[in-house]
Amino acid sequence: MQFIPISYYLIFCSVLFCIGVIGVLIKRNALLILMSVELMINSINLLLAAFSTYLNDPAGQIFVFFIMVVAAAEVAIGLAIIVVIYRTTHSIDIDVLNKLKW
Amino acid sequence: MLIMRHELLLIAITVILLLIEIFLPHDKKHKIILPAILLMALVTAAGFIPGPTGVLFGGMYGTSALILLMKNILNIGVLIVFIQSVSWLKLDDQKEKISEFFILLLSTLIGMDYMISSGDFLMFYLGLELATIPIATLAAFERYKEKSAEAGVKLIFMSALSSGILLYGLSMIYGTTGTVYFPEVAATFQSTPLQILAFIFFFAGMAFKISLVPFHLWAADVYEGAPINVTSYLSVISKGAAVFIFTIILYTVFAKIALMWRDVIYVIAILTMTMGNLFAMRQRNIKRFLAFSSIAQAGFILLGIIGQSQLGMTTVIYFVLIYIFSNLGAFGVATIISNKTGKESIDDYDGFYRTNPMLSLTMMLALFSLAGIPPIAGFFGKFFLFAAAAKQGLYILVLIAVLNTIVSLYYYLLIIKAMFLNRSDQPIGYFKSDGYTRLGLAICIAGILIIGFASPVYEFILKLSYGIY
Repeated sequence: MQFIPISYYLIFCSVLFCIGVIGVLIKRNALLILMSVELMINSINLLLAAFSTYLNDPAGQIFVFFIMVVAAAEVAIGLAIIVVIYRTTHSIDIDVLNKLKW
Repeated sequence: MLIMRHELLLIAITVILLLIEIFLPHDKKHKIILPAILLMALVTAAGFIPGPTGVLFGGMYGTSALILLMKNILNIGVLIVFIQSVSWLKLDDQKEKISEFFILLLSTLIGMDYMISSGDFLMFYLGLELATIPIATLAAFERYKEKSAEAGVKLIFMSALSSGILLYGLSMIYGTTGTVYFPEVAATFQSTPLQILAFIFFFAGMAFKISLVPFHLWAADVYEGAPINVTSYLSVISKGAAVFIFTIILYTVFAKIALMWRDVIYVIAILTMTMGNLFAMRQRNIKRFLAFSSIAQAGFILLGIIGQSQLGMTTVIYFVLIYIFSNLGAFGVATIISNKTGKESIDDYDGFYRTNPMLSLTMMLALFSLAGIPPIAGFFGKFFLFAAAAKQGLYILVLIAVLNTIVSLYYYLLIIKAMFLNRSDQPIGYFKSDGYTRLGLAICIAGILIIGFASPVYEFILKLSYGIY
């Protein structure tokens, strides 16, 4: 059987991860930032699963499950705080978050 | 069972507090304060009872005498934060959310305990997230204030980004070594290019958490916006816990590439100290000021880590112990002023000594300790850190650190000057602080003085830290 080489997974996940990081850095909408964070997390999950199959070792796939749970909790809290922001400022654009500046 | 006693006790009191919360009527939530503090004091005391140490779950979880000491230190810090936050929790805005504060804080502490005693990267990651996510809700605790909500959203985004970066490193460490257990990773680590890249990602993720310099800008914003008690918790306890596990992982897992991370830490230590100090000088808000001062202190801690020996580990723990007492002392005074008068600007502190001499003296002691003036504990903490770095022959680094200490003396003394020498037409009026605040400050003062004058504390830590490196 022909397997996809591990290096393909590495390159693909790195590209996906970079897209996620760039999204976090340049997007101004809080929801899109959360989605970019999810993209980062998912690229990591894919990489872990790929390594796990490559190494014939289940630890990586177990790790993926825990990351999913934690990411869900993180997003839940993030969304809750975004709702709070929306109630006070009526916007989820992070440019309105400029009360704190040096 | 007994090996995991710190965590189990904390989980038990969290559940007890949850039950109390359920049965308390809506307008009597403040009655949870006393049981919460008493239970925490009990757990802190119980932590010092000697018990078995060892490894559980096939190496996922492990404790040693040194790790138990770290947990005890964190327990003491959290107890002080609990006591200090009473005056804030009794304000009208927080009346309905008192129990949430205690429960969320305790759950972060549980996360930190698991993180410190983790034996593999999965446990480490879960502990780290449990220690971080609830803090975001705590930062947004005064949710009707825009600043507080903003601090919460900034903290959750930064922590999501940093743990994403950290995880990317972890996944590559897993891919190249084939295991997530610390001893096995350490044994198979060979410093191939991919592994070095993985280490850089891991390092960047941790640097976010400890707020080291290229990754520090979130800290000042979050520290300013969050409620002052949460800020003190964030800058002392969570930073301390992150430093502990960072040191342990660098010393055990990445011991093979010590020569490489030494250079990285060398540069970052200099940057962190200098930038923290320079930015601290121009702050007029007391919370922001303490935020940058704590960034600078993190730079000093790196000097101990670079010491890379039993001595290095000892000095890091010893310094964090002192730092908890001195920073919480300074924050405690800032808290009571902020809660009684709502003033958080350093300019408002003019003439504070004339109206509130005791609080001014406490603040002076805490700031002297942070600055490192000889007879007080902070001096010995810094002295041992410098000694650890000097033992490795890093004299230039020590010289820069000493220069930075002098610079830091300038801005710490600015506050003391404002309180004692400056005259003001409208100084902060006299107010009577409540019993809890006095107790919290008394513990801080006792800690600063006792640790400074009692050498057994240092020797005790030195004895325990044998064998970690």
